[in-house]
Amino acid sequence: MTYVGLPTPAETPQDTMVRIAGTAAKMKVVIVGGGVSGLSAGWWLARSGASVTVLDKGIVGWEASGRNGGGASHYQSPLFLEEQRMWPHMDELLGYPTEHQKERLVIAVTEKQLNQYHYLAKMNNDMGYRVDLLTGDQVRAMVPLAGENCLGGMHYRFGGHANPQRSVQAYAWALQDLGGRIVQHSPVTGFETEGGKVVAVHSASGRYEADAVVVAAGPQIQGLMAKLGVEVPLAAARAEMIVTEPAPLMPIGGVDGNGLYGRQTLRGNLAYGGGPHEWLQTFEAGPPARPSSPLTRNLARRIAELFPKAEHLNVIRSWAGIIENTPDGRPIIDRMKDPENVVVATMSGVGFGLSPASGHAIRDLVVDGQCSFTDIGKLSLSRFDGIGADWREQRGWLPLKADLAA
Amino acid sequence: MHSNNGTDPHAIGTKLPAPEARYDLVVIGAGPAGLAAALAGAGEGKSVLLVDENPIPGAAMGNDVPLLFGGRMTAATQNAERMLETVFMSEPMLEAAMDAGAEVLLGTSAWGVYRNGPGITGLPENVVALADKDRGWLVGYGELVLATGARDLAIGFPGWNQPGVMGAAALERLLARYEAFAGKRVLFMGSHDLALQTALLARGKGVDVAGLVEVRASPQGDAALVDAVRSAQIPFYLNDAVAEAKGGLDGVESVRLRSGAMIDVDTVVLAIGLVPSIELIDAMGGKRVLDGARGGYIPGENAGITCVGTCAGLADTGFDHVEYRMEWARELGKLSAPDTIVCQCEEVTRADLLGVQPPNYLERPAPMAARSLDTLIADGPPNPDQIKRLTRAGMGVCQGRRCRDQVAMMLAMAANGPFGSVPLATHRAPVRPLPLRILADWEEAEDMRAGWDVWFGIPTQWVPYQDIDTPREREHQTAIADGWSL
Repeated sequence: MTYVGLPTPAETPQDTMVRIAGTAAKMKVVIVGGGVSGLSAGWWLARSGASVTVLDKGIVGWEASGRNGGGASHYQSPLFLEEQRMWPHMDELLGYPTEHQKERLVIAVTEKQLNQYHYLAKMNNDMGYRVDLLTGDQVRAMVPLAGENCLGGMHYRFGGHANPQRSVQAYAWALQDLGGRIVQHSPVTGFETEGGKVVAVHSASGRYEADAVVVAAGPQIQGLMAKLGVEVPLAAARAEMIVTEPAPLMPIGGVDGNGLYGRQTLRGNLAYGGGPHEWLQTFEAGPPARPSSPLTRNLARRIAELFPKAEHLNVIRSWAGIIENTPDGRPIIDRMKDPENVVVATMSGVGFGLSPASGHAIRDLVVDGQCSFTDIGKLSLSRFDGIGADWREQRGWLPLKADLAA
Repeated sequence: MHSNNGTDPHAIGTKLPAPEARYDLVVIGAGPAGLAAALAGAGEGKSVLLVDENPIPGAAMGNDVPLLFGGRMTAATQNAERMLETVFMSEPMLEAAMDAGAEVLLGTSAWGVYRNGPGITGLPENVVALADKDRGWLVGYGELVLATGARDLAIGFPGWNQPGVMGAAALERLLARYEAFAGKRVLFMGSHDLALQTALLARGKGVDVAGLVEVRASPQGDAALVDAVRSAQIPFYLNDAVAEAKGGLDGVESVRLRSGAMIDVDTVVLAIGLVPSIELIDAMGGKRVLDGARGGYIPGENAGITCVGTCAGLADTGFDHVEYRMEWARELGKLSAPDTIVCQCEEVTRADLLGVQPPNYLERPAPMAARSLDTLIADGPPNPDQIKRLTRAGMGVCQGRRCRDQVAMMLAMAANGPFGSVPLATHRAPVRPLPLRILADWEEAEDMRAGWDVWFGIPTQWVPYQDIDTPREREHQTAIADGWSL
């Protein structure tokens, strides 16, 4: 179960599971944040034999991890090949359905989009990842909802998409099945350090002793790490999606383009997002609200342009998620020097699809001190050493009206 | 290559459009309470917009939106012109409101209210979002009055998922407003005022009323109404419940009661209760409170917004509607089978809801099959928004109108708590299902188009890892930054 457009992996995921079994036996790991990265890390660590506790301020996967477009085709990431290796096996390995589906199409309705997609196709092909260019007629043959306005597109022969909420729950349940603990409604209030290590994590539900700690709490990472004297530059913003009633299933559901990301779900719904975000303040307790806006209308327009044959479909919901970004938009996956048993992980707004791989990388940092399957050195926190206190101002990433948002 | 010039061209900034019109007072819903508010506002010299979604489009009625029409509309409801005239003629006060200077828009629904507040500050002003059969648009308001009424409470039972099972509010709408009820002989579930009044209305309109079924030992409503029903020779089936509705291609043909009685009817009317229509309040993140005497969840205090009529809560007569509907839900639950449907849109059964099982198009490997509501409860209080995403109950085109309340009741019962111990699944805009082409902003401003990005518009985010800190990085960033704003 591999992709035609990618190099064949050296090891099957099943063999990896056998190889790591017992490598972290007797290790107590506390994971702060039950989002998709924290849960995947917890699952990988439990697979390695660790005793894992995940603490979440609310419900697992409640923030951006469970509210996103579900894409799993991140060729720009050093974790890409691991993402591609793992996804086709995740249902089997977790024991729960994720709705993972293979391959993606990106289709253009303007010349500018088409030129952009051609650039991205070449970029991928140069890296050895197969992307086929499609004419408008080829797209219309593959995408029943596309219209005469479609000028062409590209076909990723790798990648795919999954159901975010179902996948997050699958990680959580699989972790429990391995003996891990999920403690919900339990925000972390502080850390107990001793000899350059965190020895316990304090939360609303009590004190948890730890040999190692993973902080994967999304926008809340900044405040939590500040308690340990570590500065993590992050800015959070709200982004929105809408969903229609079901349409007949297309052969490949992972179709987007026209400034949208998203997918047709296995039920048939068209779920898409994109467009402007609103930078927000971050609160220790998490976002006070996740409101959508009239941007719903701009999203509806772009879906109707992307799929003219779906323009009659009813939009039935909109929603928003709060997403953190690092100053360069790239993840931070790094083990600290002090306290030396703490790993920080933020995927900077591109975390869901990469989760099978980010969890593996985090597991490696926790257990072995370095990532075993790829170089992630450029994702270290130290790249932001000396970043000015005004980095948000410089980028225009400040909240619009902080007084209103509180 | 971030510009680092202090601006983010891809952020919301001032891109959300100003409303295309603004009124001192906007009133949503032209029932008696909404009309009174509009007339009062116009009388004070305010500019007033009064919108009402009647006549409901045929497609929406077919989806049981906003009421449980149960497919019992006549073909007359497909004639938009005739419907508009019927709606206008059936409410003389509409003309009075127009004469008083209010702008009245029929066939227009309000699908969202957007306000600056926690998590959003980018709106030029607070707006209400409207749609008619041709387009969607935004209007600004000085004051907003919601008079959105109350909708049908549905509780499932074997056979309820077929044409001919409808709600009392929908029946009232078809009989009194639309003159378009297709049923001939009806049986009511419930005996409180709603059931009694609707039964008398139906009888008055020439419909054959087969009776009222009541789980409790005596009729529940106002004594004078009970007398009127008895005088009309309409029987009560007390200490009883509907065990099953049987039917054919055209829906319900007969009903079997728990007592064994078989009753030939073409329509079963759920008249157990009404739910105040708090969709707009809830979807805007407004406050809601639980008040059993006023019909369940009702709006709390929400600054700048006034709720009038039944959407603010049913009249408090000392009757506990929530306790009453929970009694019905318990009884109908006992009469149901594991495969009795709860969510009609997504075909979720009772067993699948309580087992927190995924839809049928997904595999259920052993670990999945072993999960249940109990295992979820072990992780903390069940949250209906979590359960709906896993089971898909409430995720369909009726937007949870047919199952939101019964799911909340079932979850409360399963968790051994009172109603309200498990919160209601949240409402989301658009609070009416609206076609993409209607909802779409076809008049989008240039700055929205120019600043549009698939994601955050951070070019460094998409540079292949191997090219970071190489000469190719700049090339990618330029190409991406130049072409990403699509």
